[in-house]
Amino acid sequence: MDVLTLSRLQFAVTSAFHFIFVPLTLGLSILTAYMETRYVRTGDETYLKMAKFWGKLFLINFALGVVTGITLEFQFGMNWAEYSKYVGDIFGAPLAIEATVAFFLESVFIGVWIFGWNRVSKKLHAVSIWLVAIASNLSALWILLANGWMQHPVGYVLRNGRAEMVDFMAMVTNPYGLLKFGHQLVSGYTVGAFFVMGVSAWHLLRKNRPDFFKRSFSIAAKFGLASTLLVAIIGDFHAVEVAKTQPAKFAAMESIWETKRGVGLNLLLVPDPIKECNSLEKLCIPNAVSMLAFHNPDAEIKGLKEFPPELRPPVQPVFWSFRLMVGLGTFFILASILAVIISWRGTIEANPLFLKILVWSIPLPYLANQLGWIVAEVGRQPWIVYGVLKTSDAVSKSITTGQVIGSLAGFTLLYSFLGFVDIFLLTRYARKGPDDDLSGIIKPTRQEV
Amino acid sequence: MALQITWFVLWGVLWGVYFMLDGFVLGTGMLHGILGKSDGEKRVMINTIGPVWDGNEVWLITAGGATFAAFPTTYALMFSYLYTALLLLLFALIVRGVSFEFRGKLDNATWKKGWDLAIQVSSLIPALLFGVAFGNIFQGLPMDAAGYHGSLLSLLNPYGLLTGVLFVLLFLEHGALYLTVKSTGDLSNRAKKLADKLWPALLVVAATFLVSTWFATQLYDNYLGETLLLIVPLLAVASLVAIRVFSAYGSPLKAFAASSATILLVVATGVIGLFPNLIPSSIDPASSLTIFNSSSSPYTLKIMTVVAFIFVPIVISYKIWVYRIFRAPLTVEEVIADKGAY
Repeated sequence: MDVLTLSRLQFAVTSAFHFIFVPLTLGLSILTAYMETRYVRTGDETYLKMAKFWGKLFLINFALGVVTGITLEFQFGMNWAEYSKYVGDIFGAPLAIEATVAFFLESVFIGVWIFGWNRVSKKLHAVSIWLVAIASNLSALWILLANGWMQHPVGYVLRNGRAEMVDFMAMVTNPYGLLKFGHQLVSGYTVGAFFVMGVSAWHLLRKNRPDFFKRSFSIAAKFGLASTLLVAIIGDFHAVEVAKTQPAKFAAMESIWETKRGVGLNLLLVPDPIKECNSLEKLCIPNAVSMLAFHNPDAEIKGLKEFPPELRPPVQPVFWSFRLMVGLGTFFILASILAVIISWRGTIEANPLFLKILVWSIPLPYLANQLGWIVAEVGRQPWIVYGVLKTSDAVSKSITTGQVIGSLAGFTLLYSFLGFVDIFLLTRYARKGPDDDLSGIIKPTRQEV
Repeated sequence: MALQITWFVLWGVLWGVYFMLDGFVLGTGMLHGILGKSDGEKRVMINTIGPVWDGNEVWLITAGGATFAAFPTTYALMFSYLYTALLLLLFALIVRGVSFEFRGKLDNATWKKGWDLAIQVSSLIPALLFGVAFGNIFQGLPMDAAGYHGSLLSLLNPYGLLTGVLFVLLFLEHGALYLTVKSTGDLSNRAKKLADKLWPALLVVAATFLVSTWFATQLYDNYLGETLLLIVPLLAVASLVAIRVFSAYGSPLKAFAASSATILLVVATGVIGLFPNLIPSSIDPASSLTIFNSSSSPYTLKIMTVVAFIFVPIVISYKIWVYRIFRAPLTVEEVIADKGAY
């Protein structure tokens, strides 16, 4: 394999691994912050125990998210030097802003939250976890504006042999980036919601601490329902943006080869990229693809044959990832509706089969997040910046195959080890359940002294 | 032009502040098994840096991000040329971060021993590598129009290694003083004694560094052109001496302030000497990366200046506020009682 292929593989491995931890951070920080706020408002200690318990799992996950994030920033320079030189003028800005505006806030206040239980007031303590949550969301905003620019470059001119920024606001208001941000944010919330529902379900099946876990479950169920619905709604608008700005990616997502009007959606479809057609097309919903792409049943959809083969993304991974992601998204909505109904009726424990399904569903939103990124990034190929710079022209010139083989092997080994330890610790602490001993957290009141 | 100079200054400040802040975290990490005699003491050491290490490391991410945004060509070439060194640095920083978090999560002696070792090694490697990298940047990298002609081994030349040792000793001293201030009783006393013992070695290495810089680099050219600038290296030496004086007069906090100033001033000494280069070439002066030939467009620099001038002061204010919240020294009893602690 050459430096290009190895570097792509390494970027895929390191960003996919980093992205195991990020979505849970986005979702669980908000849930933990909500629980602690309930405690501050009501004084009910169960909420405090909830914030402690879910917060501990949040922290085990958060640590790996933080440390694996540095790799991504460094890699743009290490493996993609030509890319960094060519687009650094515009792409470097959101990265630097992300660090200045979001990372500092997040890292400083996570310290206050972990170590500040009896050093700051109850209110300030709750404020610090909210600041962590807000900072994580802000960091997602800037990194997705950066990625949005790679998908749909705006606000730049080609000058002095590179892409130079001429309109900062265009980048910040790039609809592609903002929609991606919205879609990703609620996908992260979905991971958090299903994580809390799944762990709660595991304990409820064993009749551990029913009050604690029923309350956690119903908070997560409502949060999950709102999130999964928003994933679908924002996802729909996002797809419209893709159809408009990246027609080749859209054609690969739906495996459409011929340009046509009023394209239907085949529920059963198997692409055949070699023959440039689909070997199976069954159960067609008329005009559905046109409707999804342009919100117009007669809209024309560009087929893959419209593009020269070297400018088409690989169809199989993009098509199947998209299908599976949408399928999972549908399942999440149905499961969330059911979860809200049983927690509203107070019959959570009366549904052991559903609870078992929820336990096994914990990994699924993670999978859906990864699949979404395969659609986004593989679907953008052969471009690294859509229509501006090819991936093959972006790789560093000074690095050797040996260097990248070494680094890829190193990352794979180190990350496998850390992933194993992280899952081990998460499982252990998730099974252990909440801690009732709140000494050292709640100061005795004056009367008690 | 003015913007490029502003960003050069900011670039130097970001690196300086990063080394000043992560310096004592790396130092504390290197001293982990040396000063911590019991599990309780080791936990005190980790917990003194617990609330702040992550925020300190963000200065590195910001320094990297600022290089990317303001000097993209330097960012691209520096990171791809120093590929293997940076890779080792990344691995070490990754391991260090999780070690703090994971060590206390299991009450098992082997588990803790493993992470103890990890903390020490993963703190030593970045300290050494940052020194080696900056030593080589001060000397210039072997690069010309055809690209880079060095390797990991060629970075390990005498001057690079000397700078590496200087960084290790600076951070060890800095970490020992931090622990003197932030711990209590026996641990604090041992930390102070160690700081005093390390100081002569640091002085010798620093003096050797200042002399060999004359022979190995062109950093002094700027000082010969503008002798007033010599005040910066002189102040660096003065604060290095002040460390020992304050320590002798029983003011560990002032000694720690002096070691913070020493790190900032050492970085400043090097960065001023580099100007207007970011990375000089050791073989072809025309291929040096300067703030003029590697910077972003004036428009981008202007946007980034606005962002920096709004947000950096905000960041500094809440960081000072958080340092004040956690200013009290930690005792072993306190750490054992606190279940949220590392």
